[in-house]
Amino acid sequence: MAAVSNLKNMVTVLGLTCLLCSAVLGGAYALTKDPIDAAAKAKTDKAVGAVLPAFDETSYESVEADGKSYNYYKAVKGGETVGYAVESTVVGFGGPLSLMVGVTPAGVVYNTSVLSHSETPGLGAKCNTDAKFMAQWEGFDPSAKILSVKKDGGDVDAITASTITSRAYTEAVKNAVNAVKKLEEKDHE
Amino acid sequence: MEYFLIIISAIFVNNIVLAQFLGICPYLGVSNKLSTASGMSMAVCFVITLATLVTYLINQYLLVPFQLEFLQTIAFILVIAALVQMVEIVLKKVSPSLYQALGIFLPLITTNCAVLGVAITVVTKEFTFGLPSHMLNLGEALVYAFATSLGYGLAMVIFAGIREHLAMNDVPKAFKGVPIALVSVGILALAFMGFSGMVK
Amino acid sequence: MSKNLKLITEGLVKNNPTFVLLLGMCPTLATTTSAINGLSMGLATLFVLVLSNMAISLIAPVVPDKVHIPVYIVVIATFVTLLQLLMQAYTPGMYETLGLFIPLIVVNCIVLGRAEAFANKHGVLESACDGLGVGLGFTCSLTVLGLVREILGSGSAFGFNFIGGNDGMLAFVMAPGAFLCLGYLMVLFNKFFKKD
Repeated sequence: MAAVSNLKNMVTVLGLTCLLCSAVLGGAYALTKDPIDAAAKAKTDKAVGAVLPAFDETSYESVEADGKSYNYYKAVKGGETVGYAVESTVVGFGGPLSLMVGVTPAGVVYNTSVLSHSETPGLGAKCNTDAKFMAQWEGFDPSAKILSVKKDGGDVDAITASTITSRAYTEAVKNAVNAVKKLEEKDHE
Repeated sequence: MEYFLIIISAIFVNNIVLAQFLGICPYLGVSNKLSTASGMSMAVCFVITLATLVTYLINQYLLVPFQLEFLQTIAFILVIAALVQMVEIVLKKVSPSLYQALGIFLPLITTNCAVLGVAITVVTKEFTFGLPSHMLNLGEALVYAFATSLGYGLAMVIFAGIREHLAMNDVPKAFKGVPIALVSVGILALAFMGFSGMVK
Repeated sequence: MSKNLKLITEGLVKNNPTFVLLLGMCPTLATTTSAINGLSMGLATLFVLVLSNMAISLIAPVVPDKVHIPVYIVVIATFVTLLQLLMQAYTPGMYETLGLFIPLIVVNCIVLGRAEAFANKHGVLESACDGLGVGLGFTCSLTVLGLVREILGSGSAFGFNFIGGNDGMLAFVMAPGAFLCLGYLMVLFNKFFKKD
């Protein structure tokens, strides 16, 4: 059934297959590039929208705080800054834990959202689904409450059986709040 | 210290078979006897480390500069397939004794998803290992790949030992063969879960 | 047509890739943390399986014997990359959940196995039906395994929670539960479907 296996045949068939396949993929890549970029943009837009009050436009910048660089979106409404959405990554229980933390210029947490995590399913992964844990970040004021879990003497309710994830989450929020503090200081100089 | 954490993490905490579910087909296929299991483990170890070296370099110096990351899958699998063939030819010429020990396992390795899995993981995923999360550099990637394959060998050898005992026991008919093996791996995985969270 | 129909149904029980042929174990165990995830992984594999079976049945007559494996792998890898691009564009959430196991469809022994055992000696239509049958068998097994693990592990089915809390038996969502569930499901399958 198959063609003869001489060198000429083998090289032609392999070469043609590779050529054809890369042509197909190149075409597919060109066609899907815009939808892929749009999907990625929609994801960040959604995260930024979820952690900040209503805004007209955002700009993407970065700032140094505590020796680390943070990327953030500055949200402006009617010419006034209404908040910053800071990307904050820390080490969780199973690996990197990335959050988008919305902070108002006054330094109050507006809301938080998980960008990516590798926590244990059913335990630490609840930081992305547990309603009670997620709701406490809305309007969390670090000047009135202490930003650490209750076990460590703070005011953050940890997820049951996932203290390490809760600690990491809290640390990520704290880093974001500090980064915004730095930003505001710079603005008022 | 960091390399030490990588090794502990790859062998115990994130064991490639028991926690990441890679390379299960050969794991169930050749773990009947201790001798074949250790032969397969050595062959996998050799190929994973070599394949990671080559694919890492290809990704870094060919795919990334030309923005062809979307060709990763196709490029990596071709490289691995060619590499395995080459290793087979070279071994046959250079070390016939090693070829005899590993030879029969080599063709099976192309379709062992552990090899492609590790190659893709090291160039796409961020790791921490006690440091802030970062992409692995070549040295770390190689240590990670080598340690991962040691973890593969460990899981394989332990399991082969268990299976040699299972073969002599009287198990119910419906459980014979793969089902009882899967249940035993489940219990083994339960034991390895004790390591979780040890290295971040 | 009845012959093609038979090819499709054979893949479901008699040649079930998971419970009878024991192929494609890695995605079976790794992606079945919930029924939806299992179903998506099954459909992704089905997509590659049908297309690669068809393409390979077309080119098989002109491929020299000695290079047939590399040629098949290139063809399969092309369809997998196509799937990756499409999923990234239109179902990015699911692409992230299934993660590494989408590119790993390339080395799923079911796909290369069907190419070798069936597609290279049959026509396009028959190969498509075979791919469809085996793919559906794989999808069903993954969905069932995902469903069982989701019910035991999270107390929900297809995302619908019925125990009124989120405390299931966690071990079934994690690695050990995958092995245990598949082992016991296989026992049940042997008991009820295998006649010997």
